[in-house]
Amino acid sequence: MNIFVILKRTFDTEEKISVSNNKISEDSAEFIINPYDEYAIEEAITLKDAHGGTVTVVTVGDEDSEKELRTALAMGADQAVLISNEDLDSQDQYTTSSVLAAYFKDKEYDIILGGNVAIDNGTGQVGPRLAELLDIPHVTTITKIEINGTAVNIERDVEGDLEKIETTLPLLVTAQQGLNEPRYPSLPGIMKAKKKPLETLELDDLDIDEDDVEAKTKTVEVYLPPKKEAGKILSGDTADQVKELVSLLRNEAKVI
Amino acid sequence: MAKKVLVLAESRDGALRNVSFEAIAAAKEISGGGEVFAVLCGDSVQSLANELIHYGADRVLVAENEKLANYTTDGYFQALKQIINDESPEAIVFGHTSLGKDLSPRLAARLESGLISDVTGLEQAGENTVFTRPVYSGKAFEKKLINDGLIFVTVRPNNISPLEKDESRTGEVKSVSVEIKDLRTIVKEVVRKASTGVDLSEAKIIVAGGRGVKSEDGFKPLQELADVLGAAVGASRGACDADYCDYSLQIGQTGKVVTPDLYIACGISGAIQHLAGMSNSKVIVAINKDPEASIFSVADYGIVGDLFEVVPLLTEEFKKVLV
Repeated sequence: MNIFVILKRTFDTEEKISVSNNKISEDSAEFIINPYDEYAIEEAITLKDAHGGTVTVVTVGDEDSEKELRTALAMGADQAVLISNEDLDSQDQYTTSSVLAAYFKDKEYDIILGGNVAIDNGTGQVGPRLAELLDIPHVTTITKIEINGTAVNIERDVEGDLEKIETTLPLLVTAQQGLNEPRYPSLPGIMKAKKKPLETLELDDLDIDEDDVEAKTKTVEVYLPPKKEAGKILSGDTADQVKELVSLLRNEAKVI
Repeated sequence: MAKKVLVLAESRDGALRNVSFEAIAAAKEISGGGEVFAVLCGDSVQSLANELIHYGADRVLVAENEKLANYTTDGYFQALKQIINDESPEAIVFGHTSLGKDLSPRLAARLESGLISDVTGLEQAGENTVFTRPVYSGKAFEKKLINDGLIFVTVRPNNISPLEKDESRTGEVKSVSVEIKDLRTIVKEVVRKASTGVDLSEAKIIVAGGRGVKSEDGFKPLQELADVLGAAVGASRGACDADYCDYSLQIGQTGKVVTPDLYIACGISGAIQHLAGMSNSKVIVAINKDPEASIFSVADYGIVGDLFEVVPLLTEEFKKVLV
């Protein structure tokens, strides 16, 4: 089975965010694989273990993304592809999905996995957009997948409810929390990962003219939300605090 | 410039979702005095159409087809694609719901358009509509616009105020027949897990528990409080990882990002990832034994105490005042 994972390098969830020059500051930030993409990698490796084949991880990013690709290889992916975005003046989800579609155009794939959303921009667009460009079905926010031949049974999370889906390969799915528990790279895994193939592609290699994939959207401002003022810590015995709280919520905050 | 704007209306359990009324309000603003029309898809949804008009839609197109009874990407995609071809809207507004998130990127890809997801506010800047949306789960915000061509956005529930309901408003309700060919994904079954039926992302009030609830049973007093308030129950990652509750309840940078009117955090310490998911709630109450817990830094009101003592008292007190 030809298994692909699309992944993104994102800020560590521990990071505080600061803004300089109308941009999120990346100075001294720690980066990780987008947590939802880790579920996708784990599932890809599980599928390979069950059905055989190869797992290829693909990202569109800058040269630093090699670190996250190596981590995916250390987890157990077989090969990695870094499509460089350094020639792009502007990049949004239209851009990323178009670049990925150009990469997949002449590839044979049975299943493409990704996270259901990236924790930085949080749009969740790239997976379904890519599926449409490749003219294959997609299923988002999956929590379970079973493949028999080309028949696929999926469970997906729909706002807390569970939907059971039947579909077929080739297919694109996006991972929701609960799909699995991603493994940590083992020490032998990390050693092996250094020797696994990692291919870097430029837009030219994919016959992409950067004007054709120019972003359709523009960010005009980035800002931090106003800091919250310190709240009111109630005092007195518990029963009085509870009474006061209910009264404050009704009369001061007026939310009840 | 006046624009023609399409709104995809969504129903759940036979009733329209609030986010659809919010989407109409956003569409009105984008339209700049143009026309807002709503699209309803399903197998018997005609009866809901007039309510969309009461909330500001100028007309409603009802696409009824047995293949639209359950949402499937392909079914809705084909219906919407046909309507968009026939109507040529200049802007499209969906709710940023499970359905909206699944369908909008795929349609945007086909339409070769930009898409601004998860919009929490909008304003006019000259000829452009500028949209505000959270990034990094609300640790920061950005303002975006679509360079040219079709404006396509999804709006986050609970952030844009719906227009006042006006039952005297009238407008055309028209059935359209849509051709639905092969569905490549089939919904075999929907298993209801959300206990109260109040969806986290749309809930006005959320009662959330963290590691401090100590067990699955520990969520019971929270559920009782939620029932009295008509609230949804949520959880921190700590509570989910400890198996006290299902991952579908998780609020945070991984998990759901929520902005209810009232968020009651019980036994939640307030890790930065959790704060990212809830700190833009309008009013936050924190109940925690540890006075140093960082949840208090974002709380409007705090009670330092044992949630197992405080929460039941709170439930009783609300019962008294809400009768």
